[in-house]
Amino acid sequence: MATDVHRPVTTTKSPSTPPGSAVRVAGLTRSFDGRAVIDRLDLDVRPGEFVALLGRSGCGKSTLLRILAGLDRDIEGTVLVPRRKAVAFQAPRLMPWKRVWRNVLLGLAGRPERALAERALAEVGLEHRANAWPKTLSGGEAQRASLARALVREPDLLLLDEPFGALDALTRIKAQRLVDELWQRRGCAVLLVTHDVEEAVLLADRVLVMDEGVIAYETAIDLERPRGIADPRFAELRTELLHRLGVEAPDASSPASSPAAAAAAAAAAAAAA
Amino acid sequence: MSISHAPPDPDVVAKSPVPDPDPDPAADTDTDTELPEPAIAGELERIVASSTRRTRVPRWLRRTSGPVLLLALWQLLSSTGVLTADVLASPGTIARVAGDIVSDGSLPNAMGVSLQRVAVGLLFGVIVGTGLALVAGLFRVGEDLVDASVQMLRTVPFVGLIPLFIIWFGIGEAPKIAIITLGVSFPLYLNVYAGIRGVDAQLIEAGESLGLSRWGLVRHVVLPGALPGAMTGLRYSLGIAWLALVFAEQINADAGIGFLMVQARDFLRTDVIVVCLIVYAFLGLLADFVVRTLERLLLQWRPTFTGR
Repeated sequence: MATDVHRPVTTTKSPSTPPGSAVRVAGLTRSFDGRAVIDRLDLDVRPGEFVALLGRSGCGKSTLLRILAGLDRDIEGTVLVPRRKAVAFQAPRLMPWKRVWRNVLLGLAGRPERALAERALAEVGLEHRANAWPKTLSGGEAQRASLARALVREPDLLLLDEPFGALDALTRIKAQRLVDELWQRRGCAVLLVTHDVEEAVLLADRVLVMDEGVIAYETAIDLERPRGIADPRFAELRTELLHRLGVEAPDASSPASSPAAAAAAAAAAAAAA
Repeated sequence: MSISHAPPDPDVVAKSPVPDPDPDPAADTDTDTELPEPAIAGELERIVASSTRRTRVPRWLRRTSGPVLLLALWQLLSSTGVLTADVLASPGTIARVAGDIVSDGSLPNAMGVSLQRVAVGLLFGVIVGTGLALVAGLFRVGEDLVDASVQMLRTVPFVGLIPLFIIWFGIGEAPKIAIITLGVSFPLYLNVYAGIRGVDAQLIEAGESLGLSRWGLVRHVVLPGALPGAMTGLRYSLGIAWLALVFAEQINADAGIGFLMVQARDFLRTDVIVVCLIVYAFLGLLADFVVRTLERLLLQWRPTFTGR
Protein backbone atom coordinates (compact mmCIF):
# COMPACT_ATOMS: atom_id res chain seq x y z
CA MET A 1 0.00 0.00 0.00
CA ALA A 2 2.35 2.65 -1.19
CA THR A 3 -0.41 5.21 -0.99
CA ASP A 4 -1.15 4.92 2.70
CA VAL A 5 1.51 2.76 4.18
CA HIS A 6 2.75 5.34 6.60
CA ARG A 7 -0.61 5.85 8.17
CA PRO A 8 -2.81 3.31 9.86
CA VAL A 9 -6.05 2.41 8.15
CA THR A 10 -8.16 4.18 10.69
CA THR A 11 -10.85 6.75 11.07
CA THR A 12 -9.88 8.01 14.51
CA LYS A 13 -6.61 9.28 15.93
CA SER A 14 -5.17 6.53 18.06
CA PRO A 15 -2.02 5.69 20.02
CA SER A 16 0.86 4.30 18.00
CA THR A 17 1.28 0.58 17.57
CA PRO A 18 2.68 -1.07 20.68
CA PRO A 19 6.02 -2.68 19.98
CA GLY A 20 4.70 -6.21 20.36
CA SER A 21 2.02 -6.00 17.67
CA ALA A 22 1.87 -6.61 13.94
CA VAL A 23 -1.86 -5.95 13.74
CA ARG A 24 -3.95 -4.06 16.22
CA VAL A 25 -7.69 -3.79 15.70
CA ALA A 26 -9.97 -2.22 18.31
CA GLY A 27 -13.70 -1.65 18.12
CA LEU A 28 -13.80 -2.18 14.35
CA THR A 29 -17.23 -1.93 12.76
CA ARG A 30 -18.06 -2.34 9.08
CA SER A 31 -21.66 -2.16 7.92
CA PHE A 32 -23.25 -2.97 4.61
CA ASP A 33 -26.59 -1.19 4.22
CA GLY A 34 -26.98 -0.77 7.97
CA ARG A 35 -26.18 -4.40 8.74
CA ALA A 36 -22.96 -4.69 10.73
CA VAL A 37 -20.92 -7.49 9.18
CA ILE A 38 -18.08 -6.70 11.56
CA ASP A 39 -19.35 -5.47 14.90
CA ARG A 40 -16.88 -3.93 17.39
CA LEU A 41 -14.20 -6.48 16.65
CA ASP A 42 -10.88 -6.57 18.52
CA LEU A 43 -7.82 -8.39 17.23
CA ASP A 44 -4.11 -8.40 17.95
CA VAL A 45 -1.48 -10.26 16.00
CA ARG A 46 2.10 -10.49 17.25
CA PRO A 47 4.99 -9.98 14.81
CA GLY A 48 5.86 -13.26 13.17
CA GLU A 49 2.68 -14.96 14.33
CA PHE A 50 0.72 -17.21 11.97
CA VAL A 51 -2.97 -16.67 12.58
CA ALA A 52 -5.73 -18.53 10.77
CA LEU A 53 -9.20 -17.04 10.58
CA LEU A 54 -12.05 -19.49 10.20
CA GLY A 55 -15.71 -18.79 9.82
CA ARG A 56 -18.83 -19.68 8.00
CA SER A 57 -19.53 -18.20 4.59
CA GLY A 58 -20.58 -14.57 4.91
CA CYS A 59 -19.32 -14.18 8.48
CA GLY A 60 -17.15 -11.23 7.45
CA LYS A 61 -13.74 -12.89 7.50
CA SER A 62 -12.86 -11.79 3.97
CA THR A 63 -14.16 -8.31 4.75
CA LEU A 64 -11.80 -8.17 7.73
CA LEU A 65 -8.89 -9.18 5.51
CA ARG A 66 -9.82 -6.55 2.93
CA ILE A 67 -9.93 -3.92 5.66
CA LEU A 68 -6.48 -4.96 6.91
CA ALA A 69 -5.22 -4.80 3.33
CA GLY A 70 -6.53 -1.26 3.06
CA LEU A 71 -8.90 -2.18 0.25
CA ASP A 72 -12.01 -1.35 2.27
CA ARG A 73 -11.84 1.93 4.14
CA ASP A 74 -15.51 2.46 4.90
CA ILE A 75 -14.97 1.62 8.55
CA GLU A 76 -15.32 2.81 12.14
CA GLY A 77 -12.84 2.03 14.87
CA THR A 78 -9.08 1.64 15.07
CA VAL A 79 -7.06 -0.47 12.67
CA LEU A 80 -3.28 -0.42 12.83
CA VAL A 81 -1.31 -2.45 10.33
CA PRO A 82 2.36 -2.53 9.30
CA ARG A 83 3.43 -0.28 6.53
CA ARG A 84 4.74 -3.18 4.50
CA LYS A 85 2.03 -5.69 3.85
CA ALA A 86 1.02 -7.89 0.96
CA VAL A 87 -2.04 -9.82 -0.13
CA ALA A 88 -2.48 -13.08 -2.01
CA PHE A 89 -6.05 -13.58 -3.17
CA GLN A 90 -8.00 -16.73 -3.88
CA ALA A 91 -7.64 -16.07 -7.62
CA PRO A 92 -4.01 -15.32 -8.52
CA ARG A 93 -5.03 -11.99 -10.10
CA LEU A 94 -1.95 -11.75 -12.27
CA MET A 95 -2.11 -9.05 -14.95
CA PRO A 96 -2.55 -11.12 -18.11
CA TRP A 97 -0.71 -8.49 -20.18
CA LYS A 98 2.49 -8.68 -18.15
CA ARG A 99 4.97 -11.51 -18.15
CA VAL A 100 5.35 -13.32 -14.85
CA TRP A 101 8.45 -11.44 -13.72
CA ARG A 102 6.87 -8.08 -14.50
CA ASN A 103 3.82 -9.12 -12.51
CA VAL A 104 6.08 -9.87 -9.55
CA LEU A 105 7.69 -6.44 -9.70
CA LEU A 106 4.45 -4.54 -10.32
CA GLY A 107 3.94 -1.73 -7.85
CA LEU A 108 7.44 -1.79 -6.37
CA ALA A 109 8.95 1.64 -5.92
CA GLY A 110 11.81 2.76 -8.15
CA ARG A 111 13.14 0.64 -10.99
CA PRO A 112 13.54 -2.83 -9.56
CA GLU A 113 15.84 -5.30 -11.33
CA ARG A 114 14.53 -8.40 -13.00
CA ALA A 115 16.91 -10.39 -10.79
CA LEU A 116 14.82 -9.39 -7.78
CA ALA A 117 11.75 -10.99 -9.34
CA GLU A 118 13.76 -14.04 -10.27
CA ARG A 119 14.93 -14.50 -6.69
CA ALA A 120 11.35 -14.29 -5.43
CA LEU A 121 10.20 -16.72 -8.12
CA ALA A 122 13.02 -19.10 -7.21
CA GLU A 123 11.73 -19.12 -3.65
CA VAL A 124 8.42 -20.52 -4.86
CA GLY A 125 10.11 -22.80 -7.41
CA LEU A 126 9.05 -20.85 -10.49
CA GLU A 127 12.30 -19.30 -11.72
CA HIS A 128 12.01 -21.18 -15.02
CA ARG A 129 8.64 -19.53 -15.74
CA ALA A 130 9.80 -15.93 -15.19
CA ASN A 131 9.39 -15.00 -18.84
CA ALA A 132 6.07 -16.80 -19.38
CA TRP A 133 2.69 -15.18 -20.01
CA PRO A 134 0.22 -15.79 -17.17
CA LYS A 135 -2.13 -17.59 -19.57
CA THR A 136 0.41 -20.39 -19.93
CA LEU A 137 0.67 -21.09 -16.17
CA SER A 138 -1.20 -23.90 -14.47
CA GLY A 139 -3.45 -23.06 -11.53
CA GLY A 140 -0.80 -24.01 -8.98
CA GLU A 141 1.93 -22.11 -10.84
CA ALA A 142 -0.20 -18.98 -11.07
CA GLN A 143 -0.92 -19.15 -7.35
CA ARG A 144 2.79 -19.51 -6.61
CA ALA A 145 3.55 -16.54 -8.86
CA SER A 146 0.98 -14.56 -6.89
CA LEU A 147 2.73 -15.64 -3.68
CA ALA A 148 6.09 -14.54 -5.10
CA ARG A 149 4.53 -11.19 -5.96
CA ALA A 150 3.45 -10.83 -2.33
CA LEU A 151 6.80 -11.96 -0.90
CA VAL A 152 8.96 -9.72 -3.07
CA ARG A 153 7.57 -6.79 -1.07
CA GLU A 154 9.20 -8.28 2.08
CA PRO A 155 6.00 -7.78 4.04
CA ASP A 156 5.78 -7.61 7.80
CA LEU A 157 2.21 -8.81 7.39
CA LEU A 158 1.13 -11.31 4.76
CA LEU A 159 -2.61 -11.53 4.16
CA LEU A 160 -3.80 -14.73 2.51
CA ASP A 161 -7.42 -14.84 1.38
CA GLU A 162 -8.22 -18.53 0.83
CA PRO A 163 -5.17 -18.81 -1.41
CA PHE A 164 -5.52 -22.56 -1.83
CA GLY A 165 -9.27 -22.59 -2.32
CA ALA A 166 -9.17 -23.01 -6.09
CA LEU A 167 -6.37 -25.56 -6.17
CA ASP A 168 -6.82 -29.30 -6.55
CA ALA A 169 -6.14 -31.47 -3.50
CA LEU A 170 -2.58 -32.48 -4.42
CA THR A 171 -1.47 -29.02 -5.48
CA ARG A 172 -3.04 -27.64 -2.34
CA ILE A 173 -0.93 -29.87 -0.07
CA LYS A 174 2.22 -28.70 -1.86
CA ALA A 175 1.16 -25.06 -1.68
CA GLN A 176 0.41 -25.35 2.05
CA ARG A 177 3.88 -26.79 2.66
CA LEU A 178 5.38 -23.99 0.61
CA VAL A 179 3.60 -21.34 2.66
CA ASP A 180 4.74 -23.03 5.87
CA GLU A 181 8.37 -23.01 4.65
CA LEU A 182 8.22 -19.43 3.43
CA TRP A 183 6.71 -18.24 6.69
CA GLN A 184 9.39 -19.98 8.74
CA ARG A 185 12.11 -18.47 6.54
CA ARG A 186 10.66 -14.95 6.36
CA GLY A 187 9.30 -14.65 9.86
CA CYS A 188 6.50 -12.28 8.88
CA ALA A 189 3.12 -12.23 10.54
CA VAL A 190 0.53 -14.11 8.48
CA LEU A 191 -3.23 -13.85 8.55
CA LEU A 192 -4.75 -16.76 6.65
CA VAL A 193 -8.45 -16.59 5.90
CA THR A 194 -9.73 -20.06 5.11
CA HIS A 195 -12.74 -22.32 5.34
CA ASP A 196 -10.62 -25.43 5.70
CA VAL A 197 -10.29 -26.40 9.37
CA GLU A 198 -7.53 -28.90 8.64
CA GLU A 199 -5.50 -26.28 6.80
CA ALA A 200 -5.86 -23.88 9.73
CA VAL A 201 -4.72 -26.45 12.28
CA LEU A 202 -1.88 -27.55 10.01
CA LEU A 203 -0.38 -24.09 9.54
CA ALA A 204 -1.38 -21.65 12.26
CA ASP A 205 -0.03 -20.75 15.70
CA ARG A 206 -3.45 -19.54 16.64
CA VAL A 207 -6.85 -20.20 15.09
CA LEU A 208 -9.68 -17.69 15.35
CA VAL A 209 -13.30 -18.44 14.63
CA MET A 210 -15.34 -15.48 13.50
CA ASP A 211 -19.06 -15.36 14.10
CA GLU A 212 -21.67 -12.60 14.39
CA GLY A 213 -19.06 -10.00 13.44
CA VAL A 214 -16.60 -10.72 16.23
CA ILE A 215 -13.91 -13.24 17.10
CA ALA A 216 -16.16 -15.77 18.81
CA TYR A 217 -13.53 -18.33 19.71
CA GLU A 218 -9.80 -18.66 19.59
CA THR A 219 -7.36 -21.41 20.37
CA ALA A 220 -3.60 -21.72 20.30
CA ILE A 221 -2.30 -24.65 18.27
CA ASP A 222 0.46 -26.09 20.44
CA LEU A 223 1.44 -28.90 18.10
CA GLU A 224 5.05 -29.49 17.06
CA ARG A 225 5.94 -28.61 13.51
CA PRO A 226 5.90 -30.21 11.01
CA ARG A 227 2.41 -31.32 11.87
CA GLY A 228 0.69 -34.47 10.74
CA ILE A 229 -3.03 -35.02 10.53
CA ALA A 230 -2.54 -38.47 12.08
CA ASP A 231 -1.72 -36.87 15.46
CA PRO A 232 -4.59 -37.55 17.92
CA ARG A 233 -4.27 -34.00 19.30
CA PHE A 234 -4.72 -32.72 15.74
CA ALA A 235 -8.01 -34.56 15.41
CA GLU A 236 -9.08 -33.22 18.80
CA LEU A 237 -8.43 -29.62 17.77
CA ARG A 238 -10.18 -30.17 14.47
CA THR A 239 -13.22 -31.62 16.16
CA GLU A 240 -13.38 -28.73 18.61
CA LEU A 241 -13.08 -26.15 15.82
CA LEU A 242 -15.71 -27.91 13.74
CA HIS A 243 -17.97 -27.84 16.76
CA ARG A 244 -17.38 -24.09 17.11
CA LEU A 245 -18.27 -23.71 13.46
CA GLY A 246 -21.54 -25.48 14.06
CA VAL A 247 -20.61 -28.82 12.55
CA GLU A 248 -20.93 -31.76 14.91
CA ALA A 249 -18.48 -34.52 14.10
CA PRO A 250 -20.05 -37.95 14.58
CA ASP A 251 -17.00 -39.18 16.49
CA ALA A 252 -16.62 -36.22 18.83
CA SER A 253 -16.02 -38.46 21.85
CA SER A 254 -13.22 -40.53 20.32
CA PRO A 255 -11.44 -38.27 17.85
CA ALA A 256 -8.70 -40.63 16.73
CA SER A 257 -10.86 -43.72 16.41
CA SER A 258 -12.26 -43.07 12.97
CA PRO A 259 -10.19 -40.86 10.72
CA ALA A 260 -12.50 -41.48 7.80
CA ALA A 261 -15.50 -40.08 9.66
CA ALA A 262 -13.48 -37.09 10.82
CA ALA A 263 -12.34 -36.46 7.28
CA ALA A 264 -15.95 -36.59 6.15
CA ALA A 265 -16.84 -34.08 8.84
CA ALA A 266 -14.02 -31.81 7.70
CA ALA A 267 -15.27 -32.04 4.16
CA ALA A 268 -18.75 -31.19 5.35
CA ALA A 269 -17.35 -28.18 7.18
CA ALA A 270 -15.53 -27.09 4.10
CA ALA A 271 -18.71 -27.41 2.11
CA ALA A 272 -20.67 -25.47 4.69
CA ALA A 273 -18.10 -22.70 4.93
CA MET B 1 -36.17 -67.79 -49.35
CA SER B 2 -35.27 -69.49 -46.15
CA ILE B 3 -33.97 -72.42 -48.11
CA SER B 4 -31.60 -70.35 -50.18
CA HIS B 5 -30.20 -68.70 -47.03
CA ALA B 6 -29.95 -71.89 -45.05
CA PRO B 7 -26.43 -73.01 -44.22
CA PRO B 8 -25.17 -75.47 -46.70
CA ASP B 9 -25.40 -79.04 -45.69
CA PRO B 10 -22.06 -80.13 -44.26
CA ASP B 11 -22.23 -83.25 -46.35
CA VAL B 12 -22.66 -81.23 -49.53
CA VAL B 13 -19.71 -79.03 -48.62
CA ALA B 14 -17.58 -82.00 -47.89
CA LYS B 15 -18.58 -83.63 -51.12
CA SER B 16 -18.24 -80.61 -53.39
CA PRO B 17 -15.00 -80.45 -55.31
CA VAL B 18 -14.45 -76.74 -54.54
CA PRO B 19 -10.71 -75.92 -54.42
CA ASP B 20 -10.70 -74.59 -50.91
CA PRO B 21 -8.67 -76.91 -48.72
CA ASP B 22 -5.42 -74.95 -48.40
CA PRO B 23 -5.47 -71.33 -49.59
CA ASP B 24 -8.86 -70.17 -48.26
CA PRO B 25 -8.44 -70.90 -44.55
CA ALA B 26 -5.05 -69.26 -44.69
CA ALA B 27 -6.54 -66.09 -46.20
CA ASP B 28 -9.25 -66.05 -43.54
CA THR B 29 -6.80 -66.10 -40.65
CA ASP B 30 -4.71 -63.44 -42.32
CA THR B 31 -7.50 -60.93 -42.56
CA ASP B 32 -8.50 -61.64 -38.99
CA THR B 33 -5.10 -60.91 -37.48
CA GLU B 34 -3.95 -58.04 -39.68
CA LEU B 35 -7.07 -55.95 -40.08
CA PRO B 36 -9.01 -55.81 -36.84
CA GLU B 37 -10.25 -52.31 -37.71
CA PRO B 38 -13.26 -53.08 -39.89
CA ALA B 39 -14.80 -55.07 -37.08
CA ILE B 40 -14.37 -52.13 -34.63
CA ALA B 41 -15.05 -49.26 -37.03
CA GLY B 42 -18.77 -49.43 -36.38
CA GLU B 43 -18.34 -48.40 -32.75
CA LEU B 44 -15.11 -46.44 -32.56
CA GLU B 45 -13.75 -43.52 -34.47
CA ARG B 46 -10.12 -42.71 -34.96
CA ILE B 47 -9.00 -39.30 -33.70
CA VAL B 48 -6.68 -37.91 -36.33
CA ALA B 49 -3.73 -35.90 -35.10
CA SER B 50 -4.14 -32.23 -35.97
CA SER B 51 -0.70 -32.14 -37.61
CA THR B 52 -1.78 -34.68 -40.24
CA ARG B 53 -5.21 -33.20 -40.68
CA ARG B 54 -3.95 -29.68 -41.30
CA THR B 55 -3.29 -28.83 -44.91
CA ARG B 56 0.20 -27.84 -45.93
CA VAL B 57 -0.99 -24.75 -47.81
CA PRO B 58 0.55 -21.64 -46.21
CA ARG B 59 -1.78 -19.21 -44.52
CA TRP B 60 -1.18 -16.26 -46.87
CA LEU B 61 -1.91 -18.42 -49.88
CA ARG B 62 -5.20 -19.57 -48.36
CA ARG B 63 -6.11 -16.00 -47.59
CA THR B 64 -5.40 -14.80 -51.14
CA SER B 65 -7.16 -17.71 -52.85
CA GLY B 66 -10.62 -16.17 -52.26
CA PRO B 67 -9.98 -12.89 -54.11
CA VAL B 68 -8.11 -14.74 -56.87
CA LEU B 69 -11.08 -17.04 -57.47
CA LEU B 70 -13.36 -14.01 -57.62
CA LEU B 71 -11.08 -12.46 -60.20
CA ALA B 72 -11.08 -15.64 -62.28
CA LEU B 73 -14.88 -15.72 -62.24
CA TRP B 74 -15.01 -12.11 -63.37
CA GLN B 75 -12.62 -12.76 -66.25
CA LEU B 76 -14.70 -15.79 -67.23
CA LEU B 77 -17.93 -13.76 -67.29
CA SER B 78 -16.28 -10.98 -69.33
CA SER B 79 -14.72 -13.26 -71.92
CA THR B 80 -17.95 -15.23 -72.41
CA GLY B 81 -19.81 -11.98 -73.01
CA VAL B 82 -22.13 -12.19 -70.02
CA LEU B 83 -20.59 -8.97 -68.74
CA THR B 84 -20.37 -6.41 -71.53
CA ALA B 85 -17.57 -3.86 -71.57
CA ASP B 86 -19.85 -0.84 -70.99
CA VAL B 87 -21.30 -2.41 -67.83
CA LEU B 88 -18.04 -3.68 -66.37
CA ALA B 89 -14.70 -3.89 -68.16
CA SER B 90 -12.82 -7.17 -68.05
CA PRO B 91 -9.92 -7.66 -65.60
CA GLY B 92 -7.52 -7.53 -68.51
CA THR B 93 -8.76 -4.09 -69.65
CA ILE B 94 -8.71 -2.87 -66.09
CA ALA B 95 -5.13 -3.97 -65.63
CA ARG B 96 -4.16 -2.08 -68.77
CA VAL B 97 -6.03 1.06 -67.69
CA ALA B 98 -4.46 0.79 -64.26
CA GLY B 99 -1.05 0.62 -65.92
CA ASP B 100 -1.90 3.72 -67.97
CA ILE B 101 -3.06 5.90 -65.10
CA VAL B 102 -0.17 4.76 -62.95
CA SER B 103 2.37 5.60 -65.65
CA ASP B 104 0.88 9.02 -66.43
CA GLY B 105 1.09 9.81 -62.71
CA SER B 106 -2.57 10.58 -62.07
CA LEU B 107 -3.23 7.56 -59.84
CA PRO B 108 -0.08 7.88 -57.66
CA ASN B 109 -0.87 11.58 -57.26
CA ALA B 110 -4.45 10.89 -56.29
CA MET B 111 -3.39 8.15 -53.88
CA GLY B 112 -0.85 10.42 -52.24
CA VAL B 113 -3.46 13.11 -51.67
CA SER B 114 -6.05 10.62 -50.38
CA LEU B 115 -3.64 8.79 -48.10
CA GLN B 116 -2.57 12.05 -46.58
CA ARG B 117 -6.19 13.04 -45.90
CA VAL B 118 -6.90 9.69 -44.27
CA ALA B 119 -3.72 9.84 -42.20
CA VAL B 120 -4.42 13.33 -40.89
CA GLY B 121 -8.11 12.61 -40.28
CA LEU B 122 -7.27 9.36 -38.55
CA LEU B 123 -4.69 11.03 -36.36
CA PHE B 124 -7.15 13.70 -35.23
CA GLY B 125 -9.88 11.11 -34.82
CA VAL B 126 -7.69 8.86 -32.69
CA ILE B 127 -6.71 11.80 -30.51
CA VAL B 128 -10.28 13.01 -30.09
CA GLY B 129 -11.90 9.58 -29.73
CA THR B 130 -9.35 8.11 -27.34
CA GLY B 131 -9.06 11.35 -25.42
CA LEU B 132 -12.80 11.57 -24.82
CA ALA B 133 -12.94 7.87 -23.97
CA LEU B 134 -10.18 8.28 -21.39
CA VAL B 135 -11.93 11.23 -19.81
CA ALA B 136 -15.27 9.42 -19.71
CA GLY B 137 -13.80 6.05 -18.77
CA LEU B 138 -11.44 7.08 -16.02
CA PHE B 139 -13.43 9.78 -14.24
CA ARG B 140 -17.03 9.69 -13.19
CA VAL B 141 -17.30 13.45 -13.71
CA GLY B 142 -15.93 12.95 -17.22
CA GLU B 143 -18.52 10.28 -17.88
CA ASP B 144 -21.32 12.59 -16.79
CA LEU B 145 -20.05 15.43 -18.96
CA VAL B 146 -18.93 13.55 -22.06
CA ASP B 147 -20.82 10.32 -22.48
CA ALA B 148 -24.36 11.61 -22.97
CA SER B 149 -23.23 14.17 -25.58
CA VAL B 150 -21.17 11.65 -27.52
CA GLN B 151 -23.93 9.05 -27.45
CA MET B 152 -26.30 11.68 -28.82
CA LEU B 153 -23.97 12.96 -31.54
CA ARG B 154 -22.91 9.55 -32.75
CA THR B 155 -26.42 8.77 -33.98
CA VAL B 156 -26.26 11.73 -36.38
CA PRO B 157 -25.14 10.38 -39.77
CA PHE B 158 -21.82 12.12 -40.30
CA VAL B 159 -22.32 12.15 -44.08
CA GLY B 160 -25.27 14.44 -43.51
CA LEU B 161 -22.92 16.98 -42.01
CA ILE B 162 -20.94 17.47 -45.22
CA PRO B 163 -22.97 20.49 -46.45
CA LEU B 164 -22.65 22.10 -43.04
CA PHE B 165 -18.91 21.45 -42.99
CA ILE B 166 -18.50 23.02 -46.41
CA ILE B 167 -20.25 26.14 -45.14
CA TRP B 168 -18.11 26.18 -42.00
CA PHE B 169 -14.74 25.17 -43.37
CA GLY B 170 -14.94 26.18 -47.06
CA ILE B 171 -14.00 23.80 -49.85
CA GLY B 172 -10.33 23.14 -49.07
CA GLU B 173 -8.82 20.27 -47.12
CA ALA B 174 -10.44 21.20 -43.79
CA PRO B 175 -13.99 19.85 -44.37
CA LYS B 176 -12.63 16.56 -45.75
CA ILE B 177 -10.36 16.00 -42.77
CA ALA B 178 -13.14 17.08 -40.42
CA ILE B 179 -15.49 14.48 -41.89
CA ILE B 180 -12.90 11.74 -41.52
CA THR B 181 -12.09 12.84 -37.97
CA LEU B 182 -15.75 12.78 -37.06
CA GLY B 183 -16.33 9.35 -38.57
CA VAL B 184 -13.26 7.88 -36.90
CA SER B 185 -13.82 9.32 -33.42
CA PHE B 186 -17.06 7.55 -32.52
CA PRO B 187 -16.12 3.89 -32.96
CA LEU B 188 -12.86 4.55 -31.15
CA TYR B 189 -14.63 6.35 -28.35
CA LEU B 190 -17.21 3.59 -27.89
CA ASN B 191 -14.72 0.75 -27.89
CA VAL B 192 -12.02 2.36 -25.76
CA TYR B 193 -14.65 3.49 -23.26
CA ALA B 194 -16.18 0.01 -23.12
CA GLY B 195 -12.68 -1.46 -22.85
CA ILE B 196 -11.82 0.74 -19.88
CA ARG B 197 -15.08 -0.03 -18.13
CA GLY B 198 -14.66 -3.72 -18.90
CA VAL B 199 -11.38 -4.07 -17.00
CA ASP B 200 -11.72 -6.71 -14.30
CA ALA B 201 -12.36 -5.03 -10.93
CA GLN B 202 -10.40 -7.81 -9.25
CA LEU B 203 -7.28 -6.80 -11.16
CA ILE B 204 -7.78 -3.16 -10.17
CA GLU B 205 -8.03 -4.27 -6.56
CA ALA B 206 -4.93 -6.43 -6.92
CA GLY B 207 -3.11 -3.42 -8.34
CA GLU B 208 -4.25 -1.31 -5.40
CA SER B 209 -3.08 -3.95 -2.94
CA LEU B 210 0.31 -3.93 -4.66
CA GLY B 211 0.63 -0.25 -3.91
CA LEU B 212 0.08 1.19 -7.37
CA SER B 213 -0.73 4.88 -7.43
CA ARG B 214 -3.71 6.19 -9.34
CA TRP B 215 -1.59 6.86 -12.39
CA GLY B 216 0.16 3.50 -11.93
CA LEU B 217 -3.22 1.77 -11.97
CA VAL B 218 -4.17 3.55 -15.18
CA ARG B 219 -0.85 2.76 -16.82
CA HIS B 220 -0.34 -0.84 -15.71
CA VAL B 221 -3.88 -2.11 -15.31
CA VAL B 222 -6.58 -0.01 -16.97
CA LEU B 223 -4.92 0.92 -20.26
CA PRO B 224 -3.51 -2.52 -21.08
CA GLY B 225 -6.87 -3.98 -20.15
CA ALA B 226 -8.62 -1.61 -22.55
CA LEU B 227 -6.24 -2.41 -25.40
CA PRO B 228 -8.31 -5.22 -26.98
CA GLY B 229 -11.27 -2.83 -27.12
CA ALA B 230 -9.09 -0.09 -28.57
CA MET B 231 -7.92 -2.45 -31.31
CA THR B 232 -11.50 -3.30 -32.23
CA GLY B 233 -12.23 0.41 -32.33
CA LEU B 234 -9.24 1.06 -34.55
CA ARG B 235 -10.39 -1.63 -36.97
CA TYR B 236 -13.83 -0.03 -37.29
CA SER B 237 -12.26 3.40 -37.51
CA LEU B 238 -10.02 2.49 -40.39
CA GLY B 239 -12.98 1.12 -42.31
CA ILE B 240 -14.98 4.26 -41.66
CA ALA B 241 -12.02 6.48 -42.55
CA TRP B 242 -12.00 5.16 -46.13
CA LEU B 243 -15.77 5.46 -46.33
CA ALA B 244 -15.67 9.06 -45.14
CA LEU B 245 -12.89 9.75 -47.62
CA VAL B 246 -15.00 8.55 -50.55
CA PHE B 247 -17.90 10.78 -49.53
CA ALA B 248 -15.72 13.78 -48.85
CA GLU B 249 -13.79 13.50 -52.10
CA GLN B 250 -16.79 12.88 -54.31
CA ILE B 251 -18.69 15.93 -53.18
CA ASN B 252 -16.10 18.48 -54.00
CA ALA B 253 -12.47 17.90 -54.66
CA ASP B 254 -9.86 18.64 -57.26
CA ALA B 255 -7.51 15.84 -56.34
CA GLY B 256 -7.62 12.38 -54.80
CA ILE B 257 -9.07 9.02 -55.68
CA GLY B 258 -12.64 10.24 -55.23
CA PHE B 259 -11.99 13.07 -57.65
CA LEU B 260 -10.58 10.58 -60.16
CA MET B 261 -13.78 8.58 -59.86
CA VAL B 262 -16.05 11.57 -60.33
CA GLN B 263 -14.09 12.54 -63.40
CA ALA B 264 -14.34 8.99 -64.78
CA ARG B 265 -18.08 8.98 -64.19
CA ASP B 266 -18.43 12.17 -66.24
CA PHE B 267 -16.58 10.47 -69.11
CA LEU B 268 -18.42 7.15 -68.66
CA ARG B 269 -15.12 5.34 -67.98
CA THR B 270 -16.25 2.34 -65.95
CA ASP B 271 -12.76 0.90 -66.23
CA VAL B 272 -11.22 3.86 -64.36
CA ILE B 273 -13.97 3.68 -61.74
CA VAL B 274 -13.23 0.02 -61.18
CA VAL B 275 -9.49 0.73 -60.90
CA CYS B 276 -10.27 3.30 -58.21
CA LEU B 277 -12.53 0.85 -56.40
CA ILE B 278 -9.78 -1.76 -56.48
CA VAL B 279 -7.36 0.79 -55.08
CA TYR B 280 -9.80 1.44 -52.23
CA ALA B 281 -10.09 -2.28 -51.62
CA PHE B 282 -6.33 -2.71 -51.48
CA LEU B 283 -5.93 0.24 -49.16
CA GLY B 284 -8.57 -1.34 -46.92
CA LEU B 285 -6.67 -4.62 -47.03
CA LEU B 286 -3.49 -2.78 -46.13
CA ALA B 287 -5.21 -1.11 -43.18
CA ASP B 288 -6.46 -4.48 -42.01
CA PHE B 289 -2.94 -5.87 -42.26
CA VAL B 290 -1.64 -3.00 -40.13
CA VAL B 291 -4.23 -3.68 -37.42
CA ARG B 292 -3.57 -7.42 -37.52
CA THR B 293 0.13 -6.81 -37.06
CA LEU B 294 -0.54 -4.44 -34.17
CA GLU B 295 -2.82 -7.01 -32.56
CA ARG B 296 -0.25 -9.74 -32.94
CA LEU B 297 2.38 -7.59 -31.29
CA LEU B 298 0.29 -5.97 -28.57
CA LEU B 299 -2.23 -8.66 -27.66
CA GLN B 300 -0.09 -11.78 -27.58
CA TRP B 301 -0.89 -12.15 -23.88
CA ARG B 302 -4.57 -12.69 -24.58
CA PRO B 303 -5.81 -16.13 -23.53
CA THR B 304 -8.53 -16.29 -26.16
CA PHE B 305 -9.50 -18.55 -29.00
CA THR B 306 -7.47 -17.82 -32.12
CA GLY B 307 -9.19 -20.11 -34.58
CA ARG B 308 -8.09 -23.44 -35.97
